[in-house]
Amino acid sequence: MAEKQATREAYGKALIALGAENPNIVVLDADLSKSTKTAEFAKTYPERFLNMGIAEQNMMGTAAGLAASGKIPFASTFAVFATGRAFEQIRNSIAYPKLNVKIAATHAGITVGEDGATHQAIEDVAIMRALPNMTVLVPADGVETRLAIFAAVKHQGPVYIRMGRLELPVLFDENYHFQIGKANILRKGRDAAIVANGVMVAIALEAAEALAQEGISVTVVNAASVKPFDKETLTLVAKEVKAVVTAEEHTVIGGLGSAVAEVLAEEWPLPLVRVGLQDTFGESGRPYELLEKYGLTEERLVVAVKQALSKADR
Amino acid sequence: MNVIDLKRMANQIRQDIITMLVPAKSGHPGGSLSAADILTVLYFQEMRIRPDKPHWEERDRFVLSKGHAAPVLYAALAEKGYFPKEELLGLRQTGRMLQGHPDMKGIPGVDMSTGSLGQGFSAANGMALAGKMDGKDYRVYALLGDGELAEGQVWEAAMAAAHFKLDNLTAILDFNGLQIDGTTDEVMSSAPLPDKWRAFGWHVIELDGHDIEALLKGFDEAHRVKGRPTILIAKTVKGKGVSFMENAVGWHGNAPNAEQAEQALKALREEVAQLG
Ligand SMILES: Cc1ncc(C[n+]2csc(CCOP(=O)(O)OP(=O)(O)O)c2C)c(N)n1
Ligand SMILES: [Mg+2]
Repeated sequence: MAEKQATREAYGKALIALGAENPNIVVLDADLSKSTKTAEFAKTYPERFLNMGIAEQNMMGTAAGLAASGKIPFASTFAVFATGRAFEQIRNSIAYPKLNVKIAATHAGITVGEDGATHQAIEDVAIMRALPNMTVLVPADGVETRLAIFAAVKHQGPVYIRMGRLELPVLFDENYHFQIGKANILRKGRDAAIVANGVMVAIALEAAEALAQEGISVTVVNAASVKPFDKETLTLVAKEVKAVVTAEEHTVIGGLGSAVAEVLAEEWPLPLVRVGLQDTFGESGRPYELLEKYGLTEERLVVAVKQALSKADR
Repeated sequence: MNVIDLKRMANQIRQDIITMLVPAKSGHPGGSLSAADILTVLYFQEMRIRPDKPHWEERDRFVLSKGHAAPVLYAALAEKGYFPKEELLGLRQTGRMLQGHPDMKGIPGVDMSTGSLGQGFSAANGMALAGKMDGKDYRVYALLGDGELAEGQVWEAAMAAAHFKLDNLTAILDFNGLQIDGTTDEVMSSAPLPDKWRAFGWHVIELDGHDIEALLKGFDEAHRVKGRPTILIAKTVKGKGVSFMENAVGWHGNAPNAEQAEQALKALREEVAQLG
């Protein structure tokens, strides 16, 4: 558990492996290859790397054309610029024609840190989730990232993969099973469930441990596949607990919290508390200070589980 | 201010940039240093502004379209008296005023929030258009990066500014030849630049962006041009003034440590001493 790796690092490594086994893999970047970790691929396979300059819209449109011509393009930049600047290119040139473009976005969430609100995507999952044909993946560690990247290549159609800047604890080993559209139950409990993804999975596991000390038994679900969302697993989990908490490094509007709320409301209504950014932008600061300031912590999750359970007792 | 005083101020602004980046432990020295002379001339000579009234309606506006160079803007604003210089030491820290990229809500003197490249230039157009609508004589300045020119939005704005005959708008290009992944020629060439801007209907002035007198003359000429916008293509050196940062792509987005900063400050102090 002491081992740490940023999900963007795992992405960079996965690309090298993919490049070797599949000549159709092409990587595009927008002058951020050192940060997104596509630089290593650029060095290894220069003829299959396109630096598009600071021009994200053109990058997405070019990726669409490459995909329409049989390539499997990975288009990388920061999540803000991928989903924000180039949104309509993604919508009309990638999602609508269902082209096989993999949008590998790094530097998502407030753990971007010092660069501040302009660079912290807090709404990217909501935006991508709203698009028909789009698959949305939010891996929790380096191992899951690697598996998600490989799964994205096997999947025919557009995929959005959300990654971060910050080093995260390695949670899984090579026996971990990842499947698009499937959630993973990491821990089983009887009282409440925490459904988390990305940065928040490790924190959710810590919160579950802390709650266990207090006699509250909590299920932890890793919902890396936000879309398609695993309704079946969530419904099964919901039937065994009294309340649910969601945990995401994202606004609570439109992302994982909303996906869970939608399923619960339609399938198995239960008290719910959504932990995430409460309709606010981030700010500059050190990543862990910001997680603290915006309530994305083990302590906050412990309180949220108790709040959710107290609603169940009403 | 006379030319010597402007040179002293530019040096001071460079010292401020280095000083604030140390406790911040992150940030962008290269593109801040390359624009220090440009911002000095703007804030200490060219622009009609009132630091005691940052929202004064008649003020000239400045948009840092290459928002990552926030340190140079913050240094100029602090030296001008918009806020206490101590604030510079809180750059990029949790709960403090000075955000990693310019934030108009929270920072006195910042006319536009920027950080996503290409966007500030359009906002500058909007300010210039509003000035025309309201019959006001304020001027609008926008500083662009040469890597930034790859954004399509830049050229949408360039076309619109000429279309609307925004002679109250002056763009300045920080033409330092570098971006993040390498030189602009390697990453995404924008040559031939002067021709492109001319073809888009702009009055083009090419000058040395570290030559105070040339900058003063350039802005003067821009004032006199009627019926179209002007761009100053200012040839600069990224990292200018700190020898080990000059023309070094690695200093785009890394803060100096205390030791490196001391070395840089020492050289800058010696340079200013030579000005007399
Ligand atoms: C839309 C957008 N894409 C990417 C970035 C990340 N980024 C910040 S600075 C930079 C390079 C800028 O180069 P240039 O415009 O030449 O600035 P300078 O050399 O003056 O620092 C990049 C790619 C950004 N801020 N905005
Ligand atoms: Mg440049």
